[in-house]
Amino acid sequence: MVNFYRIDLQESAPEKKKRVMKPDSKAIRRIILEQSYRAGVGHIGSALSVADILALLYGRILEIPGAEAPHRDRFVLSKGHAALALYAALYLTGRLDETALHSYCADDSLLGVHPEHQLPFVDFSTGSLGLGLAYAAGSALAARLQGSPRRVYALLSDAECNEGSLWEAVLFAGHHRLCGLTAIVDNNGQQAFGYTRNVLCQESLRDRWQSMGWRVAEADGHDVNQMNREMLSFREERSRPQVLLARTVFGKGVSYMENEIHWHYWPMNQDQYQQAIFELERTP
Amino acid sequence: MRREVLQELLRLAEEEERLVLLTADLGYTVLEPFAERFPARFFNVGVAEQNMIGLATGLAESGMIPFCYSMSTFATLRPFEVIRNGPLYHQLPVRILGVGGGFEYGSAGWTHFGLEDVALMRVLPEMTVVVPADSCQARQALRATWNLPGPVYYRLGKNEQQTVPGLNGRFRLQQIETVRTGEDALVLAMGPPAISALNAAESLEKEGVHAAVGIVSCLSPAPTEALMQDLALYPLVFTVEAHFVSGGLGSLVAETIAEHSLTCCLQRIGVSFIPRGRTGSEAHMNHVAGLSEEAIARRILSACRPGGSANG
Repeated sequence: MVNFYRIDLQESAPEKKKRVMKPDSKAIRRIILEQSYRAGVGHIGSALSVADILALLYGRILEIPGAEAPHRDRFVLSKGHAALALYAALYLTGRLDETALHSYCADDSLLGVHPEHQLPFVDFSTGSLGLGLAYAAGSALAARLQGSPRRVYALLSDAECNEGSLWEAVLFAGHHRLCGLTAIVDNNGQQAFGYTRNVLCQESLRDRWQSMGWRVAEADGHDVNQMNREMLSFREERSRPQVLLARTVFGKGVSYMENEIHWHYWPMNQDQYQQAIFELERTP
Repeated sequence: MRREVLQELLRLAEEEERLVLLTADLGYTVLEPFAERFPARFFNVGVAEQNMIGLATGLAESGMIPFCYSMSTFATLRPFEVIRNGPLYHQLPVRILGVGGGFEYGSAGWTHFGLEDVALMRVLPEMTVVVPADSCQARQALRATWNLPGPVYYRLGKNEQQTVPGLNGRFRLQQIETVRTGEDALVLAMGPPAISALNAAESLEKEGVHAAVGIVSCLSPAPTEALMQDLALYPLVFTVEAHFVSGGLGSLVAETIAEHSLTCCLQRIGVSFIPRGRTGSEAHMNHVAGLSEEAIARRILSACRPGGSANG
C-alpha cells in the first residue's frame, strides 16, 4: 500500500490548525451527543456504537488526500443512520467546518440524518439499508480495472444483514476476489424494533461470510488498537475481500442508552444530555 | 435490436476504455462477442439485478460507464430502488438495457411481460428514457446517448429484422420522428408497435381516413415542444404502446394536452387489464390486448366516424 496519498492536514491547512485533531473516539462521541441534543434528533445509539470504528478509519486507515482525488480511498457508510458519527470524524479531520457541523438537521443543511454525497468527502448517499456494499464492490471493481491503488471500505450494521441485496454483493465480491474491499459489520445486536437475536438469528455471521469467499476477523469494536491490527493484516490479503465483525455495544459510552432499543430513535432531554456528557467526561 | 445495439457497444468499447458490460445472467447467444472481445470488461453478475445496479453505481462513481443488461421487467422493477438511490440520485452515467417490451416474451407469461418499465423510469426526473422502434434507430439512439452524464434506460426489442418504413434510423432527443403524413388524425407510437400503427394507418386510406404517424422514441426528457406543435394540428390523437395505458406514452401525451390547454381528443391504445393466465406468441398477446394492426385500425376508424361501424 502506498502512503503517497496521505497528507498532513495540519501542514496543508494551517488556517484549520486549531481544530484539526486526532479523531479520537471520545471527541466523536462528544460531538454526537452535542449535535443530536442541539438538533433534538435521535439515532444516537447507532452513532455511538460506531464511534470507535470511525476513529480508527479516519485516524489510521483511510487515505483521502482530497475530496475529488481520483485515487482516494472510498468509504461507504452503508448504515447511513449513523451519519452523525461520520460528520464528527470529518469535522475532527478538518474536512467539515464548524458552521456546517452546527447546521446538522437544520433546514437546507447538507447534514441530514443520513449522509449526502453533495457534501464534500462523502462519496455515496445512503440511508436505505442493503445497498452500500454493492456500491463499494463496484468501486473496488473499478479500482481493479483502472489499476488504482485505492481501497474501499463499507460500514454495515448487523441488522442490515437482513437485506437480501447485501448478500448479492457479498457473493459477487467473494467470487471475484475483490481483495481491495473491506467491510466492517457493526455487530451491536440491535435493530429498530428489537434485538437481532429475536428478529432474525445472526449467530453464524462468521460462517456465512466465510462460506461466500470472504476473509473474516472478529474484534472488539470499541478497541481501536485491536481493530487496527486486523485492518493492517487485511491490507496484506491478496485473494479475498475481508470483513471485520466488530462486537459493539449499542449506545456505547452512555450507561442508560447501552443496549436499549429506545435510543434507536429517541432524542435526549436536558437531564439526559447532562448525564450523558457527565459520563463521557469521566471515561478515560 | 439487441444484436444491433451490441455491435454498436463493441464499436464504442474499442475506443472507450471506460465502457463495461454487466449482465444479470441474460443475453445467451447475444452478448458473447463482447465477452470474447473484452473479457476484462464483461461481468455476468449472476441473477442479482439489485446488485448489478449497485455495482454499476460504484463503477460509475469511479469514472466507468457501465451498461447493465437484463429483461425490461427484471432490469427496472426488481432494482427500482437501487436505480433511484444509486445512479439517479448520484447523477451517474449508468445505462440500463431492458430487453423485451410488452409481450415480446409472450409465452413466458406474466412475470416476463414488460408493461410498466417505461412508467417507472419516466417518473424519475433526469432519467433519460429511450424506446427505439427498430434496430436501425436503436443503433442511432445509442450513438446519441451513450455519453450523456446521467443515467439512461433503453427498452430494446428482441426483433432484429423488422424496420419501420420511412424512419431510416432517425433519432433525436426530445423530438418526434414523423413517418406518415395525414390530416384526419395523429397516431403516436412507441417502440416496435410503431409498425402495426403504421400499417393500421395505411389500411385506413381505403376508408378515406388520412392518419399521420409519429414515432416517439425519446420519452424522457419529454418531447414537449414537438408534441405541442403536432397535437395542435389534429382533432384526434391516438397513442400506441406495448405498455400499460398508464404511465407511458399515453400518459405523456395526456399530460401535454392537459397542461397546455390543447383541444384534441386522445385515445390511448395499450394494455388496460392484467393478462392473468394469458400466454402465447407476441402476435397473439397483442391481439388479446387490442394491439394488433386490425384492432388499432378499428379504434382509429370508430373514433373518426363516431356514427359509423366500429368494425370498419
